[in-house]
Amino acid sequence: MADELEQTTVIDPGPDEVLGPGHNFDTVTQKISGVVYRPFSRTPIQMFVGFGIAFVFVNIFLGAVTWLFYRGVGIWGIVIPIAWGFAIVNFVWWIGIGHAGTLISAILLLLKQDWRTSINRFSEAMTLFAVACAAMFPILHLGRPWLFYWLLPYPNQMWLWPQPRSPLIWDVFAVSTYGTVSFIFWFTGLIPDFATMRDLRANTRVGKLYGMLAMGWRGSAKHWARYQKAYLLLAGLSTPLVVSVHSVVSFDFAVAILPGWHTTIFPPYFVAGAIYSGFAMVLTLAIPVRRWFHLEDLITTRHIECMAKVMLGTGLIVAYGYAMEAFIAWYSQNTYESYAFYNRIFPQAGTYWWTYWLLITCNIAIPQMLWSRRVRLHTWAVFLISLVVNVGMWLERFVIVVTSLTRDFVPSSWGMYYPTMWDWATFAGTLGVFLCLMFLFIRGIPAISIFEMREVVHEKEAVHAPAE
Amino acid sequence: MHPQNRDAGEIADLYGLLAEFDTAEGLLAAAERAREEGFRRMDAYTPMPIEGLAEAVALGKTTVEKLVFVAGLLGATGGFMLCWWMTVVAYPHNVAGRPLNSWPAYIPITFESMVLIACLTALIGMLMLNGMPQPYHPVFNVKEFERASIDRFFLCIEARDPRFDREATREFLEGLNPLEVMEVEK
Repeated sequence: MADELEQTTVIDPGPDEVLGPGHNFDTVTQKISGVVYRPFSRTPIQMFVGFGIAFVFVNIFLGAVTWLFYRGVGIWGIVIPIAWGFAIVNFVWWIGIGHAGTLISAILLLLKQDWRTSINRFSEAMTLFAVACAAMFPILHLGRPWLFYWLLPYPNQMWLWPQPRSPLIWDVFAVSTYGTVSFIFWFTGLIPDFATMRDLRANTRVGKLYGMLAMGWRGSAKHWARYQKAYLLLAGLSTPLVVSVHSVVSFDFAVAILPGWHTTIFPPYFVAGAIYSGFAMVLTLAIPVRRWFHLEDLITTRHIECMAKVMLGTGLIVAYGYAMEAFIAWYSQNTYESYAFYNRIFPQAGTYWWTYWLLITCNIAIPQMLWSRRVRLHTWAVFLISLVVNVGMWLERFVIVVTSLTRDFVPSSWGMYYPTMWDWATFAGTLGVFLCLMFLFIRGIPAISIFEMREVVHEKEAVHAPAE
Repeated sequence: MHPQNRDAGEIADLYGLLAEFDTAEGLLAAAERAREEGFRRMDAYTPMPIEGLAEAVALGKTTVEKLVFVAGLLGATGGFMLCWWMTVVAYPHNVAGRPLNSWPAYIPITFESMVLIACLTALIGMLMLNGMPQPYHPVFNVKEFERASIDRFFLCIEARDPRFDREATREFLEGLNPLEVMEVEK
């Protein structure tokens, strides 16, 4: 049946509709499950190429990490005073990317946004994999990563306990909770879809596998009632959680007294930046995937345009954050604070001033094109802008982490940071890990929530019914 | 279905009668009619949540939210007590003369523990209340039931309902305009 569907032309219903014409319960089911239940040979060639490239990077990652375990963090460019190099830049970048997934699935659910439905599953998976990539970095950065469990409070023969007054321990709790809750949210959403996958291939090996995951779900009205309540509670709990996680990440910086870090604007500015980069990543992934699998009638121009608008909005909040940093540098009349800002923006030999201007170009200047509706409706333009924002948000973390550390209070403790090949290999490697997991997810699990799409179909029918 | 099962009053092997509908509205109306008729032991099966259906098939209030609330309180208390115990009892550490019980610093961990325990309870509690994982259920014996997770809507009146009668209940269900009425073996 999936074959028949692919032969019919796929119609993108434009920026006003969340679902293409002619869909009923069966067609949305077949179409979404068809992405998974298609013969191996009928996987789009781009998936093979993409997975192949990503897999190369997975191996680069494994190589880089093996060398790191063998030699220690000295293979990276970190020095004193810049002890937080790429590892922390990448950690903040990845965890920020995850935030859009939770925002889409939780906050947009509570706000009853109709454009949430076909992108939530996908973004939740993105969150999960981004958090996995993020969580690796602080552990790799530990120096003795095999002792990471010392971060957790557990009874031990040394009678030592973590310090809960430190933002770094808050981070342990925030990130591990975030990872767990993201998984719970994702899995809860999947249970009814696993049941659908089971029933589409009853009594086959793959059907049994999905059957185990569905745990006997049979769509009972009583079960749905509890399910919906649980799902709503998860959304309600995830909403403050997503705000708390990046706030806690920002405390890692803001609680320190370093000029350029010690700023009260950090929590809201970090959260907005996280959502900004997360939406950019969702767009970066969703635009090619909807094209490869001909999903333009499920992920429509409306979804793309709405995400582009959120990106523009959060981008402006981030711009406000930059402006406040500049304002406080002047208004505080604090020598160190002003110097930290001066050091960021004015061209001087041997500083990172150019990264700041590249960041402003990527995060503030170029995304302003999204004010134009024509640009927002031009899918590939949005795709390119999303790539630019991804780069810009990475640069932002670089500017915050590295530039601030290079020049603190006393000139005798100034230094420069030069990333090594291993820094780049580890970063590029996690991109490979992330993309590999995304490709496997798309091929193995319904990437769009089937039962929620049925609800969209049902609502659409209800709207049209009286006119008939 | 074995012929001997059709004997009047012999319903030991029968789980219930299953009526299939092709619209959610048809099912909802049927479930409401069945309720008015006095049936209580019944359930509806749908490919997506339908508003008002759970009430129609006699589910009172859900208890998930109560469980989650209690779990959240326990999580928050546990998180706070953990921080307090670590810094005041187990490993007291004088930081610049500040009080050992520096509670504002415990708030992030308190909050995260609350969310963690509440969310775990939401999932596990929902599954437990739903009796899942459940490897076997009689409704799956009906071949047509495969479409309950795709595009069909089912109402099952169970044999344990005191008002259940194989013939009369079948007649009643057939009067509700279903596509088909099927017997569900145990």
